[in-house]
Amino acid sequence: MAEVLLSGVSKRFGDTEAVSGLDLRAGDGEFTVLLGPTGAGKTTTLRLVAGLEKPDAGRIHIGGRDVTATAPAPRDVSFVFQQYSLYPHLSVYDNLAFPLRAPARRLPEAQIRARVEQVAELLRIGDKLANRATQLSGGQMQRVAIGRALVRRPNVYLMDEPLSSLDSKLRAELRVELKRIQRDTGATLLYVTHDQAEALTMATRIGVLDRGRLVQLGAPRDIYEDPVNTYVATRLGSPGINLVPRSLFPGVAAPAATVTIGVRTEHLRVQRDPAGSGRVARIEHLGDQNHLHVTLADATVVVLADPDAPLAVGDAVALQLQSPLFFGADGNRLRH
Amino acid sequence: MSRGISHAHSIVEPGPLSRRIAAAVVVVYALVAMVPLAWIFLTSIKTPPDSISYPPKVVFKPSLEGYCNLFTTRSRQTQDYIDTLPPPSGTCERITRERNMVVVGPSNYAPRFVNSLVIAFGSTALSILLGTTAAYAFSRFKVPLRDDLMFFILSTRMMPPIAVAIPIFLMYRELGLSDTRLGMILLYTAVNVSLAVWLLKGFIDEIPREYEEAAMVDGYTRLQAFFRVVLPQAATGIVATAIFCLIFAWNEYAFAVLLTSGEAQTAPPFIPTIIGEGGQDWPAVAAGTTLFLVPILVFTVLLRKQLLRGITFGAVRK
Repeated sequence: MAEVLLSGVSKRFGDTEAVSGLDLRAGDGEFTVLLGPTGAGKTTTLRLVAGLEKPDAGRIHIGGRDVTATAPAPRDVSFVFQQYSLYPHLSVYDNLAFPLRAPARRLPEAQIRARVEQVAELLRIGDKLANRATQLSGGQMQRVAIGRALVRRPNVYLMDEPLSSLDSKLRAELRVELKRIQRDTGATLLYVTHDQAEALTMATRIGVLDRGRLVQLGAPRDIYEDPVNTYVATRLGSPGINLVPRSLFPGVAAPAATVTIGVRTEHLRVQRDPAGSGRVARIEHLGDQNHLHVTLADATVVVLADPDAPLAVGDAVALQLQSPLFFGADGNRLRH
Repeated sequence: MSRGISHAHSIVEPGPLSRRIAAAVVVVYALVAMVPLAWIFLTSIKTPPDSISYPPKVVFKPSLEGYCNLFTTRSRQTQDYIDTLPPPSGTCERITRERNMVVVGPSNYAPRFVNSLVIAFGSTALSILLGTTAAYAFSRFKVPLRDDLMFFILSTRMMPPIAVAIPIFLMYRELGLSDTRLGMILLYTAVNVSLAVWLLKGFIDEIPREYEEAAMVDGYTRLQAFFRVVLPQAATGIVATAIFCLIFAWNEYAFAVLLTSGEAQTAPPFIPTIIGEGGQDWPAVAAGTTLFLVPILVFTVLLRKQLLRGITFGAVRK
């Protein structure tokens, strides 16, 4: 296992700069999740690390070795693609054995069989080994794709939204499973997703990308509680963080340059108050919790509320902020 | 996919009546298309007098005379001389003697047929080799002027090849390629390679790059990935393309007449030259044609599954 280091890496496709001046360190044995919307450069970053794209500028090191100009094979990484990566002309067994039969590092067949069966067991596809890859369901296919990465012990595992095509139950299971495998094997894992639940539950560290740049890198807790700007703040949390004009909360002590106040749904206390400035517009019942949509002047905020709270649509309420975040005109965080 | 709900009314699946009509149309078309082939086969097993009788005979006594005449050269002898010979050693010898002739030796049909096999399969193999590699390069690499090059390759098909017959005839004479198998293989390859590149590029474009990329990350070189991953998946396309190339090279007549006369002559220009006594030996011509159809028939029937999947051009690919 090895550390991955990208320094000043840029990659452009025609007129679009997919990755620009990216600095990123994925520590040895860490589960690093790259988070960002479509087009943020997450997949390109993985492909650069794998050697499937050559950077226009910058260096890439894996385990201290400069691999910027190295072909994919000698980098010794594993890649799980979002889709399409199973060979339709091979059986599940042969798909799993494929990386172990690579001429560059061929293992004896007996050893291959042992590894393949072990991984198939782990991913609960042991009874599907003789099937053709095309005879599997989507979830099974994706497990085989993950298995094909896991049969090897590469320097780094690269995974590009490997769970996105699975149903939510399987996704939740595999999330736990992947995290366990990573912890048990001490693997370095670079994982791309736009699913915040995956990022929060699996990551050692989350890197948030915006238009090819790394905006913030930190532990999930830090990214959630201590975002550097509104972009990072809106990446995590469901429902998303409330961003409201500073003028709606004149009583809050904020830095002078504050334009926007960010407050997460669970950091709002709501109380019925006939003199309050808010009005309950809608109540969403989610079983264990309620989401209150409260209109404040021309803004709407979402508040996490106790399902037993005696509130009804149309009630006037007062809102109290706890640990609000302050952002300037450029969206960057302001601190006291 | 829809098999499980076949009893339900689907707006996509045709109903039983439309199926029956479609089947009837196909059967009628097949019968019409088969008439000339059936006629050729029937002629090949007629005697020469039966073959030219009018009205044409549909009921007749079959004879192998056409096939015998196809494979032998014969000379007419007097009855007295034939009576001095030992008894006929085979069917053909016997049939020939009934016509007061003796077999002198083998005809040129067999070597011409072998020429056809060598040239058609040779040029098909070469077209597929060049076509696959070129199509892969056009599909996967940033080839400078790619679109212009692809258009240029296609443009070689825009005029009938025979339009350049005279220049090719002169070039081949200078280069010593006239009447050689190599010359014919190169010529048919030049004609077929554009078709092969275009068809195969379509098939290879359909194969997601991620397959090769996964293989390359897993420790294969690009060339290894090409052989292990791309070729198996392009197999149906390659087979379909090969059949198209083979059919062209096998049936080609004009260049063969012009450029081959002896050593490298293929079967198509040879068959019409089969002359019997006092005119065309139609049973022998028909026999030559019937046998000439066999290789393509075998090749196509053996590979019909791939061909059927291939000529849908990936439309039904999963």
